[in-house]
Amino acid sequence: MSRSLRRIGVETFAVLASVVIFWIPLYFVLLTAMKSAPEASEMNLAWPSKIQLWQNVKEVVAFRDHMLLRAFWNSTVLTVLSLAAMVVVCSMAAFVIQRRNDRATPWISFFVLAGLIIPPAIVPTIWVLNEIHLFKTMIGLILVEVALGFPFCVMLYRGFMAAIPREIDEAAVVDGYGGYRLFFTIIFPLLQPVTATIVVTQAVFVFNDFTNPLYFFPGAKNATVQLTLYNFTSQFLSQWNLLFTDILLITIPPLLLFIFFNKKIVAGMTTGSVKG
Amino acid sequence: MTKVFKRIYTYNFLLPAAIVYTVIFIVPTVMSFFFSLTRWTLFKWDFIGLENFKTFFQEPSLSIGFKNTLIYAAVTCGLKVVAGLLLGVFLTGKIRTKDYLRSVVFFPVLVSTIAVGIAFGMMMHPTTGLINTTLALFGIEGPDWLGDTRIALLSVAAVDVWKGVGLATVIYIAGILAIPEEYSEALQIDGGNAWNKFWNITVPLSRPAANAVIILAFIGGLRSFDLIWAMTKGGPGFATDVIASIIYKQYQGGFYGLATAGNVILFLFVTAIVYPLSRYLTRKEVDL
Amino acid sequence: MSKPRKFFALLSSVLMLSGLLAACGGGSSDKENESSPSASGASPSGSASVSASAPAPSESQEKVKLTLLVDNNQDTVIYTKALVDAFQAKYPNITIETETRPTGSEGDNFVKTRLATGDMNDVFFYNSGSLMQALNPEQNMIDLTNEPFQANVIDSFKPTVSINGKIYGAPVGSTMGGGWFYNKKIYAQLGLSVPKTWAELMENNKKIKAAGITAMIGSYKDTWTSQLIMLADYFNVQAQVPNFAADYTGNKAKYATTPAALRGFQKLEETVGYYNKDFLATTYDAGLKMLAEGKGAHYPMLTFAVPALVQNNPDKIDDIGFFAQPGDSADQNGLTVWMPGGAYIYKNTEHPEEAKKFVEFVASAEGVSIMGTVSKPSGPYAIKGAALPDDTPQVVKDMLPYFDNNQTAPALEFLSPVKGPSLEQITVEVGSGKRKAADAAALYDQDVKKQAQQLGLAGW
Repeated sequence: MSRSLRRIGVETFAVLASVVIFWIPLYFVLLTAMKSAPEASEMNLAWPSKIQLWQNVKEVVAFRDHMLLRAFWNSTVLTVLSLAAMVVVCSMAAFVIQRRNDRATPWISFFVLAGLIIPPAIVPTIWVLNEIHLFKTMIGLILVEVALGFPFCVMLYRGFMAAIPREIDEAAVVDGYGGYRLFFTIIFPLLQPVTATIVVTQAVFVFNDFTNPLYFFPGAKNATVQLTLYNFTSQFLSQWNLLFTDILLITIPPLLLFIFFNKKIVAGMTTGSVKG
Repeated sequence: MTKVFKRIYTYNFLLPAAIVYTVIFIVPTVMSFFFSLTRWTLFKWDFIGLENFKTFFQEPSLSIGFKNTLIYAAVTCGLKVVAGLLLGVFLTGKIRTKDYLRSVVFFPVLVSTIAVGIAFGMMMHPTTGLINTTLALFGIEGPDWLGDTRIALLSVAAVDVWKGVGLATVIYIAGILAIPEEYSEALQIDGGNAWNKFWNITVPLSRPAANAVIILAFIGGLRSFDLIWAMTKGGPGFATDVIASIIYKQYQGGFYGLATAGNVILFLFVTAIVYPLSRYLTRKEVDL
Repeated sequence: MSKPRKFFALLSSVLMLSGLLAACGGGSSDKENESSPSASGASPSGSASVSASAPAPSESQEKVKLTLLVDNNQDTVIYTKALVDAFQAKYPNITIETETRPTGSEGDNFVKTRLATGDMNDVFFYNSGSLMQALNPEQNMIDLTNEPFQANVIDSFKPTVSINGKIYGAPVGSTMGGGWFYNKKIYAQLGLSVPKTWAELMENNKKIKAAGITAMIGSYKDTWTSQLIMLADYFNVQAQVPNFAADYTGNKAKYATTPAALRGFQKLEETVGYYNKDFLATTYDAGLKMLAEGKGAHYPMLTFAVPALVQNNPDKIDDIGFFAQPGDSADQNGLTVWMPGGAYIYKNTEHPEEAKKFVEFVASAEGVSIMGTVSKPSGPYAIKGAALPDDTPQVVKDMLPYFDNNQTAPALEFLSPVKGPSLEQITVEVGSGKRKAADAAALYDQDVKKQAQQLGLAGW
């Protein structure tokens, strides 16, 4: 009895702490987005004298020839295509890297780890993209995102691939499976929980990426949502309400994605995961 | 490994990744090694040998930068590992608000770093910011979170943890859920309590997850730039400069050769720390 | 390397012209600073002249599309739109697509990257002076020396966009001064008068502080604002050491060892303790607001702040005055001025003729008056015959005596390409009492070495 009471106490405390630590900053953003410019500059948690969220939204969306709408389209395309490429390419690579063990393995590990460590060299990258005529193109930017996301994804895939017993592979080979069939019909579905994790984290990463679109995908027509935030920072001068409205709007898509995938992650991990 | 498995695990699987990675990442990186030995204006370059490295090591802020980089990485990584583990255990336990708490802890990961930096920068304002006005209600005069050179770096690190702990937690949750039930059942038969379970089962068996968290958080900390830049731009003065921000400032100043030399130095610095660490961690993992 | 020779050619032309620098004004100040002069001409007849302007002298009816790159300052975007709209009305066959880029050093990077990858817009607005020199104009821009519209441009502007005697740009907007804004109400209330020497200024500071009012507004959250006192002291440096710019560029003079130059850092150090309590967290915008609302008596700043002041606090603009940063002697009192940014044409543009038409339009009295309809000037225009309109705020008129009496000097960045990248961090340290002036000057001398070497200057 006392144990369950204590558990409830701990849980109540956790919920209260989550409110203070996580909800208040978000509430602050939401509140500021609802205010008028002078009230927003007070930076406090006072309830706005007049809620003008909708008006702020309209103002932000209409700003600079509806730049935000175009940015949403660009960011969506970028995120979806990058993710699709990343999941396929990286899971395949991780499969080989984890399963094989020969002279090349340490080198491959080294290059993967190097990718996590080395800050990307922007200007030489632009030069390379320009040479292969992919600078300023969506495809070029997608390739950049895949290349930069590769080490992280491979690391995660490899870690979880290690939990898939080799006996499965051996049994499949005995049954006459080839490499591709083994991977795509047996291994890849088993990776679903990790894939969900990768989809969520990398989608957010790509969607929130700011530096790469700035350099590899320049042009007013090519703006992504993070660039709008950046552009608006200097243009809204002291109009914090509009800036925070923009923050609010560009946070909605990742939020929806998470709400949708969150269940998949939890469900996938609790039921589908392979127990070694 | 048998011939059959060489065929099964064909390097064709690696090919697409290898091509993209080589062209978009390796080639420019190798080129940057070359350009680090030049004075480069983008329009032309002059080969100057190791001059850039000499200049870089004379940067006034460099010693602060190295120190700050290590502090920042250690603090953010340590807090993420500990908090992530505790949250991971808590959020895999039998609690009713599990789904809610998982979502709420993970949520900041979703918000863009720049947005987080802007919002917390406002909240940490010394006179009108939310944090200090709240402290004032209790009669406490809060510090200048980002202006006081003694605590500015830690303030940013705290925000980094706020934003990043969700990812660590999710990795831990996945790792803990992958621990087979049999172990804790066996422990229960032997009469172990929750504390024994935590130390003897959860901590050692979630090691792959812990390793992923440590490596990612540490590297992230060493390379960290976005949030620092969004909140303090390395200031006041040079107080929160890290190596990455020094490089970025040189890059902005048009010193491309110097900045790429800095890139190379950062690369060596991080490698010297992380590569042995990662070898050590993975060896332990295999030992299990 | 022909750079050094190029540079000395430029320098000598600048020095020759410096005597004529009666009328000049500001471009933008520095790296972190906005890349564009914000203010620009106002004119009561502006709107009239738009509608009255002659319809297109249509030589070719072929439709041409130009692209234009400007920074994303609110004011820049506003006046650019006005310019583009008026230009398109005048030349219906030319359409202009405007693209914006970040300001400050990110913007510098952006422009350099564009040029390096052969991907620049047809026309781009960018700083004049040392930043422009770093773009390798001979390789990247069209020579505009012989364009007829150069006759409209004031002579003091031309060297700031020239290399080897060739002019590559035309001014966008008005000049500006670097000095001290002050709140007239506070001055009146405390019976203070405009200081003619630095000692008087510090005396005023002391009295204001004693009266319980914030003596100086600091906005170090935007780090570039911390450089103002040091940069705006250049008139005083030049008055005492006329050769400083040349010697400095040639690595013969140093801030740490030239007492007159060191004064800039020392003056900054003397202001420690007079700032608002939260000066490290205050932004430039917040600083302007404090100034307008009388929450601080002094704000060292460029007059390019005027359009923002007018836009955000139109009813308070008359409470604000401006004076040059005084020297140690009342006999030598004058203003350090910044030149406006320039409009440049990309070398590889497919439409050089149309691009030139646009640049000509920007640098015409007509273009200036159109800008003036949406944005107040921050100082005299860089276009001959473009007089300041009558409704120019008094704070800008406060500057005019300096120009009329020949008491101006350009900021160092318009005389020398050498400007260290870390100045704003160093001045933050000095202004917040973390570093001594002498130490800071020595550190800055070391910092500029990188820039000089990067530019390939002789003597470094």
